Amino acid sequence: MTLNLPGRKTLQIQTPEGVVFSLTTAGVFSRFLAWSIDAIVILAASSILGTITAFLALLSPDFAQALYVILYAVVSVGYGIFTEWRWRGQSWGKRIMRLRVIDASGLKLQFSQIIIRNLLRPVDILPALYLLGGIFLYGGQRGQRLGDLAANTVVIAIPETKLLDLQQIEESKYNSFRDYPHLEARLRQSVKPAEAALALDAVLRRDEISPEARIEVFRELAAHLRTLVPFEDKIDETITDEQFVRNAVASIYRKAGFRQKAQSLPNGAT
Amino acid sequence: MILDLENFVRTERPYWDELEAMLNRMEEHHEVNLSLQDVRRFHFLYDLAASDLLRLSTFASSPEIARHLEALVARAYGEIHETRGPNRPFLFWHWVSRQFPRTFRRHLRAFWLSVALTLLGCAFGAGILYLDPDAKETLLPFSHLQGKPSERVAQEQENQGRHLEGKKAGFAGFLMTHNIRVSLFTLALGMTYGVGTVVVLFYNGVILGAVSFDYIHDGQTPFLMGWLLPHGSIEIPSVIIAGQAGFVLAGALIGSRKSLSLLARLAAIRTDLVTLIGGFSMLLVWAGLVEAFFSQYHEPVLPYAVKISFGLLELVLLFAWLGFGGRAPDPS
Repeated sequence: MTLNLPGRKTLQIQTPEGVVFSLTTAGVFSRFLAWSIDAIVILAASSILGTITAFLALLSPDFAQALYVILYAVVSVGYGIFTEWRWRGQSWGKRIMRLRVIDASGLKLQFSQIIIRNLLRPVDILPALYLLGGIFLYGGQRGQRLGDLAANTVVIAIPETKLLDLQQIEESKYNSFRDYPHLEARLRQSVKPAEAALALDAVLRRDEISPEARIEVFRELAAHLRTLVPFEDKIDETITDEQFVRNAVASIYRKAGFRQKAQSLPNGAT
Repeated sequence: MILDLENFVRTERPYWDELEAMLNRMEEHHEVNLSLQDVRRFHFLYDLAASDLLRLSTFASSPEIARHLEALVARAYGEIHETRGPNRPFLFWHWVSRQFPRTFRRHLRAFWLSVALTLLGCAFGAGILYLDPDAKETLLPFSHLQGKPSERVAQEQENQGRHLEGKKAGFAGFLMTHNIRVSLFTLALGMTYGVGTVVVLFYNGVILGAVSFDYIHDGQTPFLMGWLLPHGSIEIPSVIIAGQAGFVLAGALIGSRKSLSLLARLAAIRTDLVTLIGGFSMLLVWAGLVEAFFSQYHEPVLPYAVKISFGLLELVLLFAWLGFGGRAPDPS
């Protein structure tokens, strides 16, 4: 579960190989929810500890009291440190909210960083309810609270990476664009990557759009694609806007004859 | 020009899946040791994913695949490019005998600043009480310190420590955790460029100075020393070390080493901060035990001379340890 809410920023990291990748920092709200879940876990753990020490109190109330006080402190302070170390930057709350603490330079998170970011919480909490930390988190360039600044860590939102299912753009019907390979080539050449991605996205998500919006979206997309290549004289009148866009997407992303070629190769062959 | 995306994904996906499987294995098992062959393969897969990401961003635009590749490259990048060295196994005795004292001495100026602020607070607290004895109510907001010291001493001596019977372990637990929390707070306030740390240290000094003046003025110096020294000789330096850590943090923020960037300065002190935290926490555990099980007994149960000697011995040992520990070079 990820929430697109205020406070999200993009962290761009350039590798020595010159590859730039970007990470989206967690928003204020998702961090608050993760923190709430963690607070519930700590509360539950404390309650279990309380029950156990209540039994021990039958033997020695003093020892049981000492044990509870110490264990509560260890759990409340050590919970974040232990879980973030064990699960590479994730606590229960962060796991559920799909967040992860990482080194701000993209490197491996070190134990000292986890300790610092967790033990500097008292200053983030000031004056109450993480107000100071929240201000820095919201206003800072990389969405860091003070503990994160000192530890050079950021909390990122883990993207739900679902690989594109290209079968969805498979030409179920006859693609009339295939009869005009020179126009298909022109389309592939003139369309910008962002435009192609937009059209592809629309085709893949067409079932999620309401019928009225679907007509409108495909009308606008088809109108734009028509300005790139003059298909209209030949085939345009016979197909709907949506079919036009689907044909265009298939022509852009799937080269003619590829399907036949792919079938002759073993799966995943290189 | 748009990349033939289907062909691209079909060709490259087995490698991405292989890289993802390797990353999952490495992330699930902390101590996984890759063979040289595995390391080479991992590097190859990372290079391939990175170049695929580059190709994708140059020739095509597919947000889903780009996000997937970015996530893979980001995870692998952290593993491949980490140059800060592996986490060495933690050796407790080495840490106690060498690392902590060395770290303490490395930031001696911050320690002396903490001492100076505490002493300044002590002088202020004592001075205020000397000039205005009625300020005691405001300066010492603790009920057991409000009355006349001689009356409390008489009461404590009569009690013979019985008031803590059956509560000492709980009291020790409370003292340990409370003092560690206060010390961590003092350190964390270093993030306010040290202003908060200054305030906490000065305030601690004010309380200490006012209490000391009150008891000394009332002729209760032996009781005061016998009461405070056994645990205070460890507890007070621990809070001062927490202040030292706060000033180390503040120094990194302010930039006393201007040639380094803020991130580099913070990275340079991070391990030292963790060491100082471990050090003062350990000392405060000891101080809590002493305060609950030893400091609360007064004459006639425990002669003040014994308590004072114990406290002084602790103080000497503490500074001998911090001053001389780890001076010898490490055995090879």
